[in-house]
Amino acid sequence: MPENQGPDKTFRDGLAKGQINLQQCNDCKKFIFFPRVLCPHCKGQSLTWHPASCGGIVHTTTTVRRKPERGGDYNVCMVELAEGVRMMSRVDEISPAEVTIGLPVTAFVGEIDGVPAVLCKPVEE
Amino acid sequence: MVDQLRGKSAIVGVGHAGFGEAPGFSAYDIMAQSALAALDDAGLKLSDVDGLFCTMMEDAMPVLMAAEYLGIQPRYVDGTMTGGSSFVNYLTSATLALQAGLCDVALICYGSNQRTASGRLVTASKLPPYEGLYNPRYPISAYAMAAARHMYEYGTTREQLADVAVAARAWARHNPEAFERDALTREDVLGARMVGDPLTTRDCCLVTDGGGAIVMVRADRARDFPKAPVYVLGSAAASSHRQISQMQDFTVTAARDSGKRAFAMAGVTPGDIDVVELYDAFTINTILFLEDLGFCAKGEGGGFVADGRIAPGGALPVNTNGGGLSCVHPGMYGIFTVIEAARQIRGDAPGLQQDNVELALAHGNGGVLSSQVTAILGAASTV
Repeated sequence: MPENQGPDKTFRDGLAKGQINLQQCNDCKKFIFFPRVLCPHCKGQSLTWHPASCGGIVHTTTTVRRKPERGGDYNVCMVELAEGVRMMSRVDEISPAEVTIGLPVTAFVGEIDGVPAVLCKPVEE
Repeated sequence: MVDQLRGKSAIVGVGHAGFGEAPGFSAYDIMAQSALAALDDAGLKLSDVDGLFCTMMEDAMPVLMAAEYLGIQPRYVDGTMTGGSSFVNYLTSATLALQAGLCDVALICYGSNQRTASGRLVTASKLPPYEGLYNPRYPISAYAMAAARHMYEYGTTREQLADVAVAARAWARHNPEAFERDALTREDVLGARMVGDPLTTRDCCLVTDGGGAIVMVRADRARDFPKAPVYVLGSAAASSHRQISQMQDFTVTAARDSGKRAFAMAGVTPGDIDVVELYDAFTINTILFLEDLGFCAKGEGGGFVADGRIAPGGALPVNTNGGGLSCVHPGMYGIFTVIEAARQIRGDAPGLQQDNVELALAHGNGGVLSSQVTAILGAASTV
């Protein structure tokens, strides 16, 4: 069997090395997320991986309320990266109540339950 | 082409079962009780059914399970799963199948026992791969983020969201079939437990048991049944995404597209509609759909629902049974928008029957604002 080189594996391999990589369409030049084998915009099939800039803005956000004994409240948000792609993420380092729409953030590779994940933190002033 | 389907099929029976709590009954038991009730309403028997349109939260092949349970061998089945909108979507596929002669009696049915079985909202779906890791509370977190964005862009307030729940309850208080009938104020909604900012428990739909069913035939024989036929004048679907992270604009749903095409097919406009039945899984839904279906401009939904405008006695009757917020919400509510719309047109709604209802809109939502299906139903006078 050939080595697994599918787009999901490529993305996750990047995360495992601490890198956030995004696919860019060679035809329409748009970046895309989630990883896949075609461009959902122009339907082109030629895609190239690039390291993400990691600059982003919180597009919308919610606080998931959870009992303190189960770990307390936590943030779930949509972050829009400078490349124009949007993904689910979580803003760390500030309380969930402080995460607001429009907040400038930096995306980084952290961990959730031992699994590498794209997380965000507020841009340092 | 699609115009040729206008008024070519009709609902001749509706039924429901297990509203609220049905301890000990399985989802398929409740589905079957609903089917029997709808067939009885139509004066038909299970053996008359040759087209089955069904999906359930349980099993990977629910339409086959349903046919097996009912003891029928339908010659046409559709089990397309687009979430709670599925059952509104079946109005289109049933119309097509009937019109093509692929079946003569179409049964649309659903049932769920999720309140007594688990006590919480059950969804048929696994969390999407790029979202599950963040542990969003599915589906509340998705709708909460849509609400937050609507508030950010248009100044919609939590009070206006609360007014949607208050209006739904005001309708439910008159409906003996509704599960929640206690008085509910704006303060009650705002002061309820926050589950996913900005939504409290009272911004969220009920978790109940319940099932519903609809019987459809071709229009040419629709007058041969005991109840006044309700014609499908327009029906249209639009799909925009599956994962909430892929929703292009969190304040605009595909209902804008499904609504436009359903109205065009029916040849009517929002101003013609007598009653509106929307899938109100969360209070933000009602606001989004009123905007996207053209009852008010984008961004004005919050102001539109305030001050009792969609409540009993208001300018526009919306969710006249109490909706998913106060009447019934057994996992997927879509079928009940059609049932209430049909009953309002027939004049036998269980709660506040509106006067002279000729045109009703039923709108189903599926997934996380992912699938939108709009149907326009009409009395014989509208065909």
